[in-house]
Amino acid sequence: MTNITEKLELFEVFVRSKRGLDHKHIGSLHAEDHEQALEYARDCYTRRTEGVSIWVVKSDDICASQEDDAECFYDPSDDKPYRHATYYVLPDPVNNM
Amino acid sequence: MTAPQEENFMRKIQAEEKIEPKDWMPEAYRKNLIRQISQHAHSEVIGMQPEGNWITRAPSLRRKVVLLSKVQDEAGHGLYLYSACETLGISRSEMIEQLQSGVAKYSSIFNYPTLTWADVGAIGWLVDGAAIVNQVSLQRTSYGPYSRGMIRICKEESFHQRQGYEAILELAKGSPGQKEMAQDALNRFYWPALMMFGPHDSESAHSQKSMEWKIKRETNDDLRQKFVDQTVKQIEVLGLEHPDKAIKWNEERGHYDSSDLNWDEFWSVINGNGHCNRQRIEHHVAAHEEGEWVRDAITAYNDKKRAKKAQNAA
Ligand SMILES: [Fe+2]
Ligand SMILES: [Fe+2]
Ligand SMILES: [Fe+2]
Repeated sequence: MTNITEKLELFEVFVRSKRGLDHKHIGSLHAEDHEQALEYARDCYTRRTEGVSIWVVKSDDICASQEDDAECFYDPSDDKPYRHATYYVLPDPVNNM
Repeated sequence: MTAPQEENFMRKIQAEEKIEPKDWMPEAYRKNLIRQISQHAHSEVIGMQPEGNWITRAPSLRRKVVLLSKVQDEAGHGLYLYSACETLGISRSEMIEQLQSGVAKYSSIFNYPTLTWADVGAIGWLVDGAAIVNQVSLQRTSYGPYSRGMIRICKEESFHQRQGYEAILELAKGSPGQKEMAQDALNRFYWPALMMFGPHDSESAHSQKSMEWKIKRETNDDLRQKFVDQTVKQIEVLGLEHPDKAIKWNEERGHYDSSDLNWDEFWSVINGNGHCNRQRIEHHVAAHEEGEWVRDAITAYNDKKRAKKAQNAA
C-alpha cells in the first residue's frame, strides 16, 4: 500500500510573524497543489496566530547550495577583513561612528 | 467619505504596521514610494562614479582593495533597492530609462568631482555619514521591503564611513601638504553633504505627505541637524578647521547653530547644472551600451541551456 504522502507534493512553508519582518522557514508539508498547501499550512503552522502571511513553495523548486560547496561559496570572503567596520581603529572620541 | 480599504491602510500606518507588496495601497503612496526608492537606487549606482575615479590611483594596495570593496557594496545597495522598488510594479528597464532621460533624479552630491585622493576619504566620512543618518531613520519607513533593505544596507554602511574617516585622519596627521589636501576636501564636501538632506521642510514638495504616510520618519531639517551635531567632534579630532565659521553650540536648543546653505547652488545642481551632471549620465549610458554584449552572451547561453534540457527530456 502506498502512503498517500507519496502521491502528494512536498511544500516548504514560510511564515511572516509580524508585518515588516521577513518570512521565516517554519517547516514543510504534503499537499496536492499550492492552494491546498496554503490551507494545510494555516491549519498546521498557525493555530496560535503565529503569522500574518504565509508563503508556500514547492520543495522541488528550491535550489540550495550544498555544504560541500561552502569553500568556493564563502572562503573568498575570509581574507577580506576590511569589509568589516571593526577593522578600522579610530580615536576614542569618534569611535562610535 | 473614504473607502474602507483606505481606512484599513491608514489604520495600519497609524499602528506602526508595515505595508507589504500585496496589500492595498493608495495610488499616490505607491507613486511616492517609487519616486523615493528609485531615486535612492540611482544614487547608489551613480555614486560609484566619483569614487571609482580613484580605484586605479589609490595610494596603496590596502586602500585599493578597501575602495574596491566599498564601491562593490554600493552596486549591491543599488540592486537591493531596485528589487524593493520592483515589488511596487515598476520594471528595472523603466527605472533605468527614467534615470537616463533625466525624469528620475539621484542625489546631487554625486555631481561634484573628486579632484584629489582626500576627496575619497571625505566622501566615505561625510557623504556616507550623511547617508547613514538618513538610512537609519528610514529603517522605520512604512513600506516593508524598503525598511528591510535599509536594515541590511545600514549594516554594510558602517565600514564605508570608518574607512573614509581613517583615510582622512591619516592625511590630517601627515605632512603639511597632506593636511592641506584634507582641509580642502572637507571644505568642498561639507556643504554639499548637508544638502543631501534636501530642501528646508517648508520648501519640500513631497515632505508632508511622506511624513503622514510614514515613508519618511524625520524631516529634512531634523536629520540635517543630527549630522551637523555629530560632525563637529569628528572635525575637531582631525585637527582641521570647521568650514562653517558660524558653528556655535546653542545651550537652549541642545544643538549647534550653523549657517544657512547656498540654496541657489542646490537647485542649480538638482536642475542639471552641477560640474558633473552630464558626464555622470553619459557614462551611465555608455557603460550600459558597452555592456550589451554581456547581456547578449547571457541570453545566448540560457537559450543553449534550455535547448539542451529539452533535448535531454525528449
Ligand atoms: Fe550605499
Ligand atoms: Fe546609500
Ligand atoms: Fe556607502
